[in-house]
Amino acid sequence: MSTPLLVTAAPTITENPPQIDYWLLSPMLVVFGAAVIGVLVEAFVPAARRRAVQLGLALAAVAAAFVLSILIVGALPADGPGETLAFGSVAVDRVSVFLQGSVLVLGFVSLLLIAENRRGESAFAAQAAAVPGSEEEREHVMAGSQHTEVYPLVLFALLGMQLFPAANDFLTMFVALEVMSLPLYLLCGLARRRRLFSQEAAVKYFLLGAFSSAFFLFGIAMVYGYAGSVNFAEVAAAVREGGGPLFADGGGRPLLLLGIGLIAVGLLFKVGAVPFHNWKPDVYQGAPTPITALMASCTLVAAFGALLRVFYVPFGGSAADWAPMLWVVAILTMVLAAVVAVTQRDIKRLLAYSSVVHAGFVLTAVVAASPEGLAGAMFYLAAYGFTTIGAFAVVTLVRTHENGPEAGELSQWAGLGRTSPLLAGALALFLLAFAGIPLTSGFIGKFAVFEAAMAAGAAPLVVVGVLSSAVTAFFYVRIIVLMFFADPAETGPTVVRAGLFTGSAIAIGVAATFLLGVYPTPVLDHLLPQPGTEQGESLVATAEGSAG
Amino acid sequence: MAVSELTLAAEQHAHAVTTEASGAVLENSWLLIALPLVGAAILLLGGRRTNSWGHWLAVALPLASFGWAVAALLHMLGAPPEERSYAVPVYTWFSVGGFDAEVSLLLDPLSISFALLITGVGSLIHIYSVGYMAHDDRRRRFFAYLNLFVAAMLVLVLADNYALLFLGWEGVGLASYLLIGFWQHKDSAAVAAKKAFLVNRVGDMGLLIAIMLMFTTFGTVAFHDVFGAAGEAGQGLMTAIGLLLLLGACGKSAQLPLQSWLLDAMEGPTPVSALIHAATMVTAGVYLIVRSGAVFEAAPAAQLTVAIVGAATLLAGAIIGCAKDDIKKALAGSTMSQIGYMTMAAGLGPIGYAAAIAHLITHGFFKAGLFLGAGSVMHGMNDEVDMRRYGGLRGAMPVTFATFGLGYLAIIGFPLLSGWWTKEGIIAAAFESGGAAGMVFGAAALLGAGLTAFYMTRVMIMTFFGKRRWADDAHPHESPASMTVPMIVLAVGSVALGAALVFGYRFAAFLEPAIGAPEHHHAFSMATMLTSWPSLAALGLMVLGVATAWFMYGRREVARTAPRAGLVTAAARNELYGNAINEGLLMRPGQQVARALAAFDTSVVDGLVNGIGTSVRDSSRGLRGAQTGFARTYALTMLFGAAIVVATLAVRI
Repeated sequence: MSTPLLVTAAPTITENPPQIDYWLLSPMLVVFGAAVIGVLVEAFVPAARRRAVQLGLALAAVAAAFVLSILIVGALPADGPGETLAFGSVAVDRVSVFLQGSVLVLGFVSLLLIAENRRGESAFAAQAAAVPGSEEEREHVMAGSQHTEVYPLVLFALLGMQLFPAANDFLTMFVALEVMSLPLYLLCGLARRRRLFSQEAAVKYFLLGAFSSAFFLFGIAMVYGYAGSVNFAEVAAAVREGGGPLFADGGGRPLLLLGIGLIAVGLLFKVGAVPFHNWKPDVYQGAPTPITALMASCTLVAAFGALLRVFYVPFGGSAADWAPMLWVVAILTMVLAAVVAVTQRDIKRLLAYSSVVHAGFVLTAVVAASPEGLAGAMFYLAAYGFTTIGAFAVVTLVRTHENGPEAGELSQWAGLGRTSPLLAGALALFLLAFAGIPLTSGFIGKFAVFEAAMAAGAAPLVVVGVLSSAVTAFFYVRIIVLMFFADPAETGPTVVRAGLFTGSAIAIGVAATFLLGVYPTPVLDHLLPQPGTEQGESLVATAEGSAG
Repeated sequence: MAVSELTLAAEQHAHAVTTEASGAVLENSWLLIALPLVGAAILLLGGRRTNSWGHWLAVALPLASFGWAVAALLHMLGAPPEERSYAVPVYTWFSVGGFDAEVSLLLDPLSISFALLITGVGSLIHIYSVGYMAHDDRRRRFFAYLNLFVAAMLVLVLADNYALLFLGWEGVGLASYLLIGFWQHKDSAAVAAKKAFLVNRVGDMGLLIAIMLMFTTFGTVAFHDVFGAAGEAGQGLMTAIGLLLLLGACGKSAQLPLQSWLLDAMEGPTPVSALIHAATMVTAGVYLIVRSGAVFEAAPAAQLTVAIVGAATLLAGAIIGCAKDDIKKALAGSTMSQIGYMTMAAGLGPIGYAAAIAHLITHGFFKAGLFLGAGSVMHGMNDEVDMRRYGGLRGAMPVTFATFGLGYLAIIGFPLLSGWWTKEGIIAAAFESGGAAGMVFGAAALLGAGLTAFYMTRVMIMTFFGKRRWADDAHPHESPASMTVPMIVLAVGSVALGAALVFGYRFAAFLEPAIGAPEHHHAFSMATMLTSWPSLAALGLMVLGVATAWFMYGRREVARTAPRAGLVTAAARNELYGNAINEGLLMRPGQQVARALAAFDTSVVDGLVNGIGTSVRDSSRGLRGAQTGFARTYALTMLFGAAIVVATLAVRI
């Protein structure tokens, strides 16, 4: 990347009003606009038609934003990584557009799950404000009330997720973090069944999320003190030069390291790495399953996108400092989460711990601190997102009895392969992908991240990763064996017929898991630097240049 | 072109240089595989909606593949012989870091010959199945599996590396398993499918280990690289690889000692027996050995073993064929025996490769024709398979009789028909390979020729001649045109194909760029073919076999139930006690060993594994304790975590 672009990235105070390239921001603006219109819809459209209008609006906005992202990535200059906008606060480069595109596609599929409505019954509470078990709640259920606010809330969350990995200064990133998190806290508490459980999860998520945000914000203050700026380009420059204007003598190192540590805590909490993972099982289990799918896919993509940008761009110059810390966290994550997952008896908790282990695998690619690591992590996240949405979609269909709640207890899933072979087959494919079996997307993803870590000299980390994979494979395969080879339990679950929306979500999950496993080349080629060409250099610059 | 010129030319281009395919036909030859695969996918995923037209789609797609293969052949013939080997890159599976996983095909004279056989005979059998399976409720599924088989078999023969070959190898195994057990309501079918599956596992394991050995030795599994480096590896290692490849071939091609599944596999619908268990899949072992010629050239001991296994199987199969009363099992014994011929020829080295492949092709035609004929007979006889309940069917089924008869003449080696040309080639190659071994192999081949004539004449007489021994409710009738037309086409092939291939060395010369040329061709002319002593001996033994069968079954009345048998017949009826031997030699001691191992396993290995498992589980339970559900505990954990993070960074100050 040429230096001039890096320099202009820093905000300069001029007398002219700033020129903002709204075209490059359009994917976010479309989602934002639709969310605002959604709020107005709540106020002005009659209740009977609200759901249809909100759903149509949300799907159309996400699809349009995705198309715009595609157009933008096509229009990005071939020789450079991209541009920064709005006083250098937002980076539009190949990495951020890919992550935004992933968030949008995965968000679209999650929206399909959220929209599933079975005889007027969705996954969400009829009236969230009513006390669980009260007469008022019963009246709302009988009246068929619905919370169509869910759709604008999801759109706001998606907006935050789009901005989070594209932020080019710490304050923008913090704002994005909150825009993303606040709607999610709310959405987690809206489950239709086991409402107290769901509300407990929401409160826990909120409290711990606020706690981690405090760490994050405190870390930002430290880094600002060190570098004299929150802009990524300037922080990166300060790190390279050994200190900002205040610390020209180089005495600011403790401030920087403390800042890196505290910011890392905030980000590692969002991706759910051990020991910041405790919220995940509880929240994933308590939240309405479609929201769990949204969090497990889109939030993970966005959070890792931000994590990658923070560690590669502003702190890229001090990789030697933070790499040992990430080693420790990655090993803790891969080992502890895999071990705890072994004795889980609830499918949603199991998938939550599985998500924690996967976060550990992606961290090995972050440690690599190379373009290959970046590409591997991004591929992994996109591939894992499709698979995990599919898996949670399957969970929504298996109920304890007709019109009953979801049958989370794994022992009830025995013999499902005989009664519903298609559904069990789809889940088996997802589990095999989680385990990283060849011809599924999970294999390619694991190969890519481990290869990157290996090339970066992190062989011990790869060994731990492979051992952890073996442990996780054990419990994935155990579920498959349980479904296909065990006799159906007497109190076996009832499988409800997949509606159009849920069916499409599962079908998309199966197709993506299979296609990305059999023919991942187009995606990998898009992400990986081409050997022997200039692009090899320019992708390194993409990471750096996003500062510029 | 004069024969001598062709021979000379062939020697000059003994090894073709593989170039990247060009032109629309060759570049897109992945379509050969894709077309039937799409068919299988549509039929399996389309569900009942495709019931009414699905089978026609399933017929059309392999036919289209056949058309494409013919076009590819014509392209190939347009190039000079030394350039007739094309690499067809299909796609890069993935390429990460320094590692490229490429999927590409190899189109050369050997693979195109197989592709033509698979799609050609395969299409005919698809057409036949339209009539044969007309009344089956699950016809759509049957055609889906057939298409799947064709696709997998094409992957097997078109792969340019062992990994992809193995994928096809497992694919045909899966299709074979599904089709043997197609009538799963019959217990015997389900058991036979399971048996085929298990026996094939043994062979597959051998192939898999061979592939792993190649990868560790050469760092690659691509044909080109492995064959190029085969001469440099150690003799012992190459022998091990060769023997393991042979084990794989034995499983798939039903050669001793892994032959036992093939006779039981006749539980599958007859078109399946014709396509998979006679014409194509069971010849995959021969393909593997011929394709891996360079490996066996570097391992003479393994090569000799191949020939010995082939010779033993050709006799064993023929003896079994002599005693079976079930028409399909008699033909299955014959298949074993004929593949034994091919394996033996493949074990002779370059001198036998062309003969093996030529016999494989003609056998594909006449054996498929014989099986389809048997299916046609069964179709008219209420699915009766016992030949002692047939007799005198030639009047009731004239077309079946004529086509079956031509196949019969071809397989016994009636002069100038297909089987004669190619079998003579193998016998001649065996004798010319020289030494005592060559004499023994040649003698086995001659003896096999006599036995073939005997058991096939027996089948012919018991089915079509003599008195009617039909069941009371049998009303034999000729089959519909969809069944007889493929039989007629195959009969034409049985008559003429051998001459077309062998005469003037056409086929051998065509194959040479792919499989290498022998040091010298045996002298060839019609005169020598008719007057050399091995061919005269073969002719004599053939006549003797026919005459013996005639005296035993044509002159005498055939009993409706099998008479008490002497020692030899009883042994043959029991498949030479192959199952008992398996049971006594492998299963029982295996069970003993398994029990001993199990004891060791429970006390030592399990102790260890369980120890690890238990400790993982216990630590899992312990760690679960940390997940209290209280937000305050979680916040405290986070604080500790933050302390760890900051501490690991603080050491860098």
